[in-house]
Amino acid sequence: MRSFTPSRSSLLMAPALVWLIALMVVPCVLVLALAFFRRGIYGGIDYTFTLENFGLVFDPLYAGIFLKSARIAGTATLIAVVIGYAAAYAIAAAPRRWQSVFLFFAVLPFWSNYLIRTYAWIVLLNRQGLITQLLRWLGYTGEPPSMLYTEGAVIAGLVYNYLPFVILACYAPLSRLNPELAEASRDLGASAMTTFRRVILPLTVPGIAAGAVFVFVLSIGNFVTPALLGGGRFQMIGNLVYDQFLTANDWPFGAALAMALIAIMLLVLTAQAIAANRASGRVEAAEGNANG
Amino acid sequence: MAERSPAARRTLWLVLSLVFAFLYIPIAVLVALSFNEGGLPTAWSGFSLKWYASLAGNSAILSAALNTLIVALVSTTIATLLGTLLAIGIEMRRQYGKGLEALIFAPMIIPDIVLAIALLSFFSMLNLTMGLHTIILAHVVFNLAFVCSVVRARLKSFDWSIVEASADLGASAMTTFRRVTLPVILPAVIAGALLAFTLSVDEFIIAFFTAGAGRASTTLPMQIYAMIRFGITPEINALATIVMAVSITALTLSQRLNRGMIGQ
Repeated sequence: MRSFTPSRSSLLMAPALVWLIALMVVPCVLVLALAFFRRGIYGGIDYTFTLENFGLVFDPLYAGIFLKSARIAGTATLIAVVIGYAAAYAIAAAPRRWQSVFLFFAVLPFWSNYLIRTYAWIVLLNRQGLITQLLRWLGYTGEPPSMLYTEGAVIAGLVYNYLPFVILACYAPLSRLNPELAEASRDLGASAMTTFRRVILPLTVPGIAAGAVFVFVLSIGNFVTPALLGGGRFQMIGNLVYDQFLTANDWPFGAALAMALIAIMLLVLTAQAIAANRASGRVEAAEGNANG
Repeated sequence: MAERSPAARRTLWLVLSLVFAFLYIPIAVLVALSFNEGGLPTAWSGFSLKWYASLAGNSAILSAALNTLIVALVSTTIATLLGTLLAIGIEMRRQYGKGLEALIFAPMIIPDIVLAIALLSFFSMLNLTMGLHTIILAHVVFNLAFVCSVVRARLKSFDWSIVEASADLGASAMTTFRRVTLPVILPAVIAGALLAFTLSVDEFIIAFFTAGAGRASTTLPMQIYAMIRFGITPEINALATIVMAVSITALTLSQRLNRGMIGQ
């Protein structure tokens, strides 16, 4: 029995909790509240209640940017999950002592500066970049293709930046997989493909869901990658929010956009929680059958 | 896993090689070009350290680096202290609400841009002059969450009865902390601090919004962002190589400490 008084633990937690409430909760609530006010004539805030900022979010111009952001984030997520899952599968299949080494080196780039990792793609994709030179070396003589400042470049940048996390998320359930399950499936006459589709894949859904949510959430609100790899006028939601606060000076609208971004994020996180819950039931059932 | 055919094994090795090529070629090209004699971003014209030398003479970069160091050191110190106390406080009590869990988890998942605009509006509503101090206030928010989660992981396997034993033997709370609890959690505290330091050194968006006007409080990532928007220069390549080397070293150290912990 622990004899610590709740008051002592509260005392220990208090400074951090005060910090979080004062510098995260309060500012977030305040900025979201701004969404319900009008923009002042000279850029300030006119404190009269309105819902028109939310209406503006659904204006075709801005709704279009939301759709485009969702499309880009969705494509990046799909590609990152396919590559990341394949990589995690290969790592989990490697000899035990190599697995942690591979995993460490897969995640290492993730810890270097985000701006620098994105900049590396400018170096690769620009008109005198490595890829153009490679094409020249292969005998291509035409005009160098414009790869930088395209939607494709933005997607490549997002996949590159977030791939390590997908590998990590998918590796966890793959490495815990009971090998007897796959063997049983083979013994019962299932092909390798069927075994993967009906046994391995369903049991590793939680990892895929966690990785996918991470990539999607960080991509859809991203501001650096579109700004650097998409070019000056390329806009995703993050850039739109940035503009409202730093150039257009329409904070209430920027706040409404941020609120929409958080709503999308919460929706995706809820979907993931549901998927993970269902899958954990499957894992338990499969483990029970394998052991019983 | 089940036995594999040689063809399947070859496929798996191919997948691994391609993924690692994808992850490391962009970085490798960048590092290689930082040692390139010529100013051209691509054509190799011999090994040279002159871009590193020119960094040393660039006062904008040096002052940005100094600012980053100040922000990272101060915010890491505060975050390590508060985050460790928070972790001990949480793990001491056996039950806590989901609200508390969400509050501590939030700084890690909240989009940077949202926290950035929230703090910008908050500071300007308070009429606070922004500068390095406001960046520090902001960085402590996410840093303390990361330190707390690293230290909590260590405390999960902590045997609290030894703390009681120490108290029963007459040690004061402070002596117990210093002689019993701290030695056990110290590797996790250092690992958490190194993680926080790295995150702070690399953080761009929140710093960008909370730095205020003027160049005096420009941090290194803000400086790098401004330079990148201008175009590719060998100088950025050299700077990028140094920044990457520093954060990778800090992270490798943090990782080692964590692994050492598991071995205990």
